[in-house]
Amino acid sequence: MLAAGALPALAADPQVTITLRNHQFVPNEVPTPAGVKVELIIKNEQPVSAEFESTVLHREKIVPAGGQASVFVGPLSQGTYEFFDDFNQATTGRLVVR
Amino acid sequence: MLATAIIVCRETLEAALIVGIVMAASRGAPRRGFWVGTGIAAGVLGAIAVAGGAGAIAALAQGMGQELFDAAILFAAVVMLGWHNVWMAHHGRELANQATQLGHGVKSGSRPLWVLAVVVGLAVLREGSETVLFLYGIALAGQGGVSSLVFGGAIGLLLGVAAGAGIYWGLVSIPMRQLFAVTSWLVLLLAAGLASQGAAFLMQADLLPALGGNVWDTSFILSDESILGRMLHTLIGYTAQPAGIQLVFYGATIAIIAGLMRLARPTPAAARQAARIGAAVPGE
Repeated sequence: MLAAGALPALAADPQVTITLRNHQFVPNEVPTPAGVKVELIIKNEQPVSAEFESTVLHREKIVPAGGQASVFVGPLSQGTYEFFDDFNQATTGRLVVR
Repeated sequence: MLATAIIVCRETLEAALIVGIVMAASRGAPRRGFWVGTGIAAGVLGAIAVAGGAGAIAALAQGMGQELFDAAILFAAVVMLGWHNVWMAHHGRELANQATQLGHGVKSGSRPLWVLAVVVGLAVLREGSETVLFLYGIALAGQGGVSSLVFGGAIGLLLGVAAGAGIYWGLVSIPMRQLFAVTSWLVLLLAAGLASQGAAFLMQADLLPALGGNVWDTSFILSDESILGRMLHTLIGYTAQPAGIQLVFYGATIAIIAGLMRLARPTPAAARQAARIGAAVPGE
């Protein structure tokens, strides 16, 4: 994991992988660097399609069964940001931005 | 089964509300059933095709194909709705007058009903493709069996369609003379809301700046995820936590369409007055 760089423009966008497995996000609390753009890579290991969605981050993206999708977020300030699977809303997780 | 019904209902809702408004806005127009029906049928076929090609679409534009596709559909619908409103601003009064006087449809061959068919088709396409993907996944996973899938899907579909029928019957109970004024407003807000959604997808694809992540937060009053929140999201573009760029697109869409409507509107009184005093008079 990259530390929050003082010169975010010079750093490549850090990647954070979140896996959907048995209707759970793994990890469920996702440590995410603050102040930089971050590429979230959502891997769906389930046999059903999912829709990665976050109201607070304004993101919604279908992740096909067995596939993956990239969602760019940020630069974010410190805090927690909830997200969920719109096709199974009991499946939730959050970004913990530091 | 319940989960299936809820998700199908949610996805159907937006398209059904749009169809309801379009049907009310085209009240009295000849062959509107044909056009709207064609739009729905094309939308369903398109939804299946898009769901089948979802992987390929998603892979386009460095993985941002889904966002660009959604945004393109939304903005196409905005243009069509705007065009319809401008046309109605130009011809609406005569339509309402004739329809009231004759008690039946108006012969207006030039009325661009295909525009509404396209709007309906795009709405069904967008929401339908998500529904197809979701149901296909459930079917593949074999969760709860086929009957659960079919029943859940059917119940969700019926509930969504009932909401569309509800808004239609509510609207057509408005007297013909005022109906088109009301539907014009609804279509205007609908278009603005779709433009705001389109802006969100372009923001997600990193093609637009957010201009402020969350300008306000009313999720504690009305969440986007509640049924009422979803309905208002479709109808007037309600978003509990809007980004600045969404507000810009919302306002600009209203300003542009309303401005064009004003330009297109024939105002006999204003025209007479203008002829008399030799000056342009703003419309009502």
